[in-house]
Amino acid sequence: MRFELTPRTTVSPVARALAPVAAFITAFLIAGVVIWLMGRSPIAAFDVYVLQPLSDPWSLQELLVKATPLMLIAIGLSYCFRANLWNIGAEGQYVIGAVFGGWLALRTHGTDAGAWVLPAMLLLGIIGGALYGLIPAFLKIRFGVNEILTSLMLVYVAQLFLDYLSRGPWRDPKGFNFPQSVTFDPAATLPSIMEGSRIHWGAIFALVAIVITAIILGRTLFGYRLKLTGDAPRAARFAGFSSKATTMAVFAISGGLAGLAGIVEVSGQIGQLQPSISPGYGFTAITVAYLGRLNPVGILIAALVVALTFIGGESAQILLKLPLDLTQAFQGILLLCVLAADALVSYRIRFVTRGGGK
Amino acid sequence: MFSKTIMGALAGAAALALSAGAASAQQKLKVGFIYVGPVGDHGWSYQHDQGRKAVEKAFGDKVETTYVESVPEADSERAIEQLARTGHGLIFTTSFGFMEPTLKVAKKYPNIKFEHATGFKRAPNLSTYAAKFHEGRYIIGQIAGKMTKSGTIGYVGAFPIPEVISGINSYFLGAQSVNPNVKIKVVWANSWYDPAKEGDAAKALLDQGVDVIAQHTDSPAPIQAAEARGKFGFGQASDMERFAPKAQLTAIVDNWSDYYVARTKAVLDGTWKSEDTWGGLAAHMVVMSPYKNMPDDVKKMAEETEAAIKSGKVNPFKCPVIGQDGKEIECKGNGALSDEQILGMNFYVKGIEDKIPQ
Repeated sequence: MRFELTPRTTVSPVARALAPVAAFITAFLIAGVVIWLMGRSPIAAFDVYVLQPLSDPWSLQELLVKATPLMLIAIGLSYCFRANLWNIGAEGQYVIGAVFGGWLALRTHGTDAGAWVLPAMLLLGIIGGALYGLIPAFLKIRFGVNEILTSLMLVYVAQLFLDYLSRGPWRDPKGFNFPQSVTFDPAATLPSIMEGSRIHWGAIFALVAIVITAIILGRTLFGYRLKLTGDAPRAARFAGFSSKATTMAVFAISGGLAGLAGIVEVSGQIGQLQPSISPGYGFTAITVAYLGRLNPVGILIAALVVALTFIGGESAQILLKLPLDLTQAFQGILLLCVLAADALVSYRIRFVTRGGGK
Repeated sequence: MFSKTIMGALAGAAALALSAGAASAQQKLKVGFIYVGPVGDHGWSYQHDQGRKAVEKAFGDKVETTYVESVPEADSERAIEQLARTGHGLIFTTSFGFMEPTLKVAKKYPNIKFEHATGFKRAPNLSTYAAKFHEGRYIIGQIAGKMTKSGTIGYVGAFPIPEVISGINSYFLGAQSVNPNVKIKVVWANSWYDPAKEGDAAKALLDQGVDVIAQHTDSPAPIQAAEARGKFGFGQASDMERFAPKAQLTAIVDNWSDYYVARTKAVLDGTWKSEDTWGGLAAHMVVMSPYKNMPDDVKKMAEETEAAIKSGKVNPFKCPVIGQDGKEIECKGNGALSDEQILGMNFYVKGIEDKIPQ
């Protein structure tokens, strides 16, 4: 006997909409059993993991802070992924964005450069990320090199470049030789939205990017072209759409948004350049993009959910003394459930018993 | 959970009222720890967790301890603030990269005591502490110098920061003191905890003819590699004998327990002050595990050097210290390099042929 997945002839939109909800419930049930087996209360865990972060103003802020870079990067990646182009190197584009923007912050450090510094830094961040994203695009178009490999390998190049800069030429001369730059001047620091809050303007940029993307994808020829290039490349060529131009465009957009995320994190959160400026946002964002089904609103929600699992995981360690491994296992369970739910909406499982013939 | 918040607020108010008059000795002190790696790394974070357990053992019901493990340095501010918000009165952040975030949170919560390991920024409620690991490295350098047959000893470093550089220099000076022709090879893992990379680094050293390996990374992988090839190595941060019973000559054990117990007691007694602690073998912050797998004369030499460092008769960085270029390093301390020179060290001593990555 074996299982077989057969496509459903009709997929109800209600089922499609409810699939993530079902996935969440299932994931929490599985995690609940594990927690119960560990001799802890699953209800208390649910409270700490989900309800408290969602009901406490401080955690809600933190949720948005953590989700901001994920949203910016994932929304950019959605352009690439929709066109069936695999930019795996957002982490590197993030780093180069931070390097480009950070350069200006260090260059103007200690001078009385005015309010133009910050917008210029952000712009440089976008340009840096976009240029870095264009490298794999160019190599693909010109030489037919696989963009998955080049974009991924360029991540390490970017990280080592930042490592070199923060240990070498950009090191804080008064920092006991530790590998970090000076802390940015106020003019180069992305301000909070409100006094005393950690939410900075990056959150607004992310929301704006989501709205603009929703408009582009839904209402413009470019959005249509992306979808067509991805789904039916031959048809797109017949329609006169250049796949080369599309490749360059989506890598530039995706790299630019990752670069923006990089400079936003560095100037809004970390406040200086140092060898490590990302806990893997560029890679987590790939998960976010797919959890959100490459849909702008979906990505907004997915980024918040993923941020919730990080923050809830920390609370679970602090308040319930649950180990970090459990949080990571839960993130895996959640992703599996979402993917499984999606598959079950489009496919039906059949048990095939071997009979006759062979 | 709302009632919990209210209770917390009431408790806080009560504490304020009490501390105005008598000390609130009855209240349980919550002590929090932030670790950069997993508690199961059997190295750096593991030893800090041993310190946490010592605090629990020493004070029993008077304290409650919490830890958050594998906290990424670039995204640690939230985890530290979570501890501050959940009623912790004393918080240890145990990696250099937590310096700026700890400082930020400490400024925001002036009534909570913070302790940051291996950093240099202090505040009225933020102390720093570190251990003179280079003292232990001088001893293992001497052992390595005696034990090597190939004349080449090796070192797996994490990052080229001053703490690691001073360790390499001290190790090499120790080896040179007993074996003037000894050579050293250094490989960088670019990670504090990455068993696969650390192991590969060690294998690369062994392939190049190294027969005694020291390490400044957190896992037992390098010494396990030495064990597998029948060569020698040293345990790092904790006693790693069980991972390499034949290869471990000794281990430099970080002993945070005494310090953590003393600082917790200071908070309980109301005598805590912001200070900078830098203790070595004499202060029991650095402890050598039993000397094994070596001839008796080498063991005797190691024990004598250990005693001499404790009594102050031997200082690994006794002047004159000659730099790689053959020029004498300016002697800013009393007959030896000053603490500042050691804490900010970014040069190799004469005889090391590698270059510090910059």
